[in-house]
Amino acid sequence: MFESIDFALVNWSRAQFALTAMFHWLFVPLTLGLGFIIAFMETIYVRTGDPEWKRITKFWMKLFGINFAIGVATGIILEFEFGTNWSNYSWFVGDIFGAPLAIEGIMAFFLESTFIAVMFFGWGKVSKRFHLTATWLTAIGANLSALWILVANAWMQNPIGMKFNPEMARNEMVNFWDIVLSETAVNKFLHTTTSGYVLASVFVVGVSAWFLLKKRHILFAKRSIVIGSVFGIVSSIMVIASGDGSAREVAKNQPMKFAAMESLYEGQTNAPLIAIGLFGKPHDTPMHRKSDQDFLMKIEIPNMLSYMAFLKVDAFVPGIKDLVLGNEDYNIMSYKEKIKRGYEAQQVLKAFKEAKGVDAVEYNRLKAKFDDKHWVENYFRYFGYGNYYDPNPEQLELNAFKIVPPISLSFYAFHIMVALGGHFLLLFIVILYFALYSRIENKKLVLYTALWTIPFAYIASQSGWVVAEVGRQPWVIQDLMPTMTAVSKIDTSSVMITFGLFTITFVGLAIAEVRIMVKQIKNGPKEGGNK
Amino acid sequence: MFEALSHLALQQYWWIIVSLLGAILVFLMFVQGGQTLLYTIGKTDMERTILVNTLGRKWEFTFTTLVTFGGAFFASFPLFYSTSFGGAYWVWMIILFAFVLQAVAYEFRSRPNNFFGAKTYEVFLMLNGLIGTVLIGTAVATFFTGSAFSVNDLNQSQWELSSHGLEAALNLHNLSLGLAVFFLARCLALLYFMNSVQHDEILKRARKQLLNNAIPFVVFFLTFVICLMFRNGYAVNAETGLVTMQEYKYAINLFEMPVVFIMFLIGVVAVLYSITISILRVHTKGIWCAGAGTILTVLSLFLLAGFNNTSFYPSSFDLQSSLTIQNSSSSHFTLTVMSYVSLMVPFVIAYIWYVWKSINNKPIDEEEMGEEDLHVY
Ligand code: HDD
Ligand code: HEM
Ligand code: HEM
Repeated sequence: MFESIDFALVNWSRAQFALTAMFHWLFVPLTLGLGFIIAFMETIYVRTGDPEWKRITKFWMKLFGINFAIGVATGIILEFEFGTNWSNYSWFVGDIFGAPLAIEGIMAFFLESTFIAVMFFGWGKVSKRFHLTATWLTAIGANLSALWILVANAWMQNPIGMKFNPEMARNEMVNFWDIVLSETAVNKFLHTTTSGYVLASVFVVGVSAWFLLKKRHILFAKRSIVIGSVFGIVSSIMVIASGDGSAREVAKNQPMKFAAMESLYEGQTNAPLIAIGLFGKPHDTPMHRKSDQDFLMKIEIPNMLSYMAFLKVDAFVPGIKDLVLGNEDYNIMSYKEKIKRGYEAQQVLKAFKEAKGVDAVEYNRLKAKFDDKHWVENYFRYFGYGNYYDPNPEQLELNAFKIVPPISLSFYAFHIMVALGGHFLLLFIVILYFALYSRIENKKLVLYTALWTIPFAYIASQSGWVVAEVGRQPWVIQDLMPTMTAVSKIDTSSVMITFGLFTITFVGLAIAEVRIMVKQIKNGPKEGGNK
Repeated sequence: MFEALSHLALQQYWWIIVSLLGAILVFLMFVQGGQTLLYTIGKTDMERTILVNTLGRKWEFTFTTLVTFGGAFFASFPLFYSTSFGGAYWVWMIILFAFVLQAVAYEFRSRPNNFFGAKTYEVFLMLNGLIGTVLIGTAVATFFTGSAFSVNDLNQSQWELSSHGLEAALNLHNLSLGLAVFFLARCLALLYFMNSVQHDEILKRARKQLLNNAIPFVVFFLTFVICLMFRNGYAVNAETGLVTMQEYKYAINLFEMPVVFIMFLIGVVAVLYSITISILRVHTKGIWCAGAGTILTVLSLFLLAGFNNTSFYPSSFDLQSSLTIQNSSSSHFTLTVMSYVSLMVPFVIAYIWYVWKSINNKPIDEEEMGEEDLHVY
């Protein structure tokens, strides 16, 4: 089954997509959160009329603008990359996937780019109220951009609301609201946007801490810290709550990802959550029946995993091997069986195409299958598994083990994210306490911690996407389309060249951005008022 | 209300919307045109700063329109999206790179400690202006001249030339449209400067440059149109969907769709009239009339490519792989959903209009560049 696949091409395309998406995500979360933080600040300015608040607003606004520009620069590539690098994917699901992308342009990007102009060029030209409204609308616009792309992404993880049309060989949308309001989409939106708020709060608190350490702009820094940490506490709690919701949703819809996140090979009732874990020698590749995870050390919280996944301490959490090999006690169908069924579905589609214009009776008989609910729910839904078929049962089992995502990466990324989430919440609470009740400018250790937490916010954020995206491998559309069949047929060398160009361009631009940002921060709010 | 429309009606509706977005995009590319004129029109640093800021307040619109154009095409004609972007890889990638560079250039150019130096960012703007206009024009021309791709029975596409789209730029007919768009963008930029900058020197130079750019524009545009009228086109049989070559197809389309013909004529005349009048006497409002003319002209070219049983993305490799608005569109359901979304467009245009009216009530001048309260690029 794999002979016709050019794996070098697939992997370079994946690398390119990951590179560009991760670069985009370096800048987006700050936009998402800082937008609201600025809006709070400006609201206080309009309420109190205190010019110091205007200075504060304008300082953070300047940083927002610098960050925004590079966010836009890295976003345009992604929009078109579905076509350039994943053209089979774009056709197979374009009927559903294209819509959120278009809605995002019409609804969110224009909102954002129009009102951002008022934010920057409107001072003194429009009324205070109008300006404030524009600032709020910019923040809302940014979050709407996130909404639609996350709906699209959630749908890839949990494809629903569609029907396969064999004539066109694609999936077609049948229910728009099912797609927008799926539990995956709702959790994803809440978790991702609030994670952006956390990152922005860490940023504001960290930069302000630096001013305090340098004993500059004390009033400005303290006020910023209060805003940042209050917003940070609220959003941290929301991140943890929605992260918990995401985990439950993943356990239900993507059990393999969930098992990989915890490196759970054998399913368990009363499954413990690993709080801290370190792997020993790497697990076997290729994986097989006897593979197991070798832990150097781990600290577990008893029953927690079962509770997290199903809200019951004695619930059974399926492990990787239960999913691949099946588990009759818990009614889990094996991947081996899914592969056979998916293969059958693929053969039906093939026969259907061959019958077209040749054998009308056969053609209509096969066409009817795609309308047969039972067949669709028991066979067609495993369509993508068919690519792993092999007539030899032993080879089939080995192939089934290929449908397991990279485990260490998923595991570490997940645990780093969760641990840091706890750290951020604690930091915000401590710093808010000192800011309100004590002389925070003397608390060197706290201030340095705040400053050095900035990079960790980015690490947590990137790790989250690694969990989500690496953890769903090898699927690009869960159960329907493996990544390897999604690529455009282009030369591997072309993708290598564009990968190189992107790397050079984006690294160059990111260096420029960081330098400009640091310079603006060093200049401080006063000079930040104009140039 | 949209669910009652036939699939064909929705396909036509969406072809018009996509065409309109394309047309607005070409008009807004005056930003790109202006970027190639920074040194021709701006002789001092201050003058260039004024020009950069005049364009800088508009670049996001062009950019966002491009993004929305791509998104709308994806949502309404996904087979085009997958075939063209996945196949003509290099053309699109180069265009995208040019836009990446643009997006940071404005914000970073005048900031201290910007790593590459202001000059580099100006070169980025220049590159974007040149590549963006020429290659987008060239890519659009393939709607008439065709490309070498094939689509199999699972609707998976494959490009049949290893140059992956670069070949389009070697076709003289394509190139004539690319260059026409380039010079048109420059003309529009000059008209835009004349309208929105209060600066005598800039005004004088812009008027002088207008003639220099209008002549090549007219030459390349006429070349393109004449070739188009005389070339064979890709006709589709309405019943069977079979694609065949037809002599003078696009000329015939023009005569069989009189509304499009009239739009085309009005558009061309409006562009030429506003350029001429702005050269002959001091007239600063030319951009409006020229802009409307550009939109009408480009819109009618798109309609020429997609309507009247024509393949809008023809394959020169395998005629029957050619894309039409029927065989490449989204499902009836998706087009219906998207049609409801399209009702937001007038609203979007209205708030854009309102916002710009309220912050743009006077032209940009030197004084403004030094103002306390302003975000200057
Ligand atoms: C500052 C960043 C940040 C922090 C502190 C957390 N997360 Fe997170 N997480 C993200 C940033 C993020 C993210 C970048 O926003 C992701 C990537 C994809 C997504 O939906 O959100 C994500 C994904 C993500 C997923 C995968 C969702 C999927 O595959 O669809 C799970 C299960 C969690 N998170 C769970 C948590 C839990 C239980 C946390 C407890 C503290 C947590 N996250 C903190
Ligand atoms: C901006 C945040 C995102 C980050 C950091 C991110 C990260 C990644 C990573 C690390 C991969 C590589 C996985 C692998 O191949 O092992 C990947 C692949 C991919 N992601 Fe994302 N992703 C993001 C958002 C999205 C969104 C919103 C979508 C779709 C709407 C998406 C669609 C894809 C696709 C199509 C691939 C390539 C196919 C694949 O390897 O699965 N990503 N992404
Ligand atoms: C992989 C899929 C993605 C695509 C195709 C994509 C596309 C784009 C594009 C084209 C832009 C520029 C818009 C403009 O013209 O103003 C942009 C900016 C933006 N995107 Fe993405 N994006 C993706 C992932 C994400 C994710 C996962 C989020 C948030 C959760 C996000 C949020 C934003 C925001 C807020 C902006 C505004 C600019 C900025 O933040 O710096 N995008 N995106």
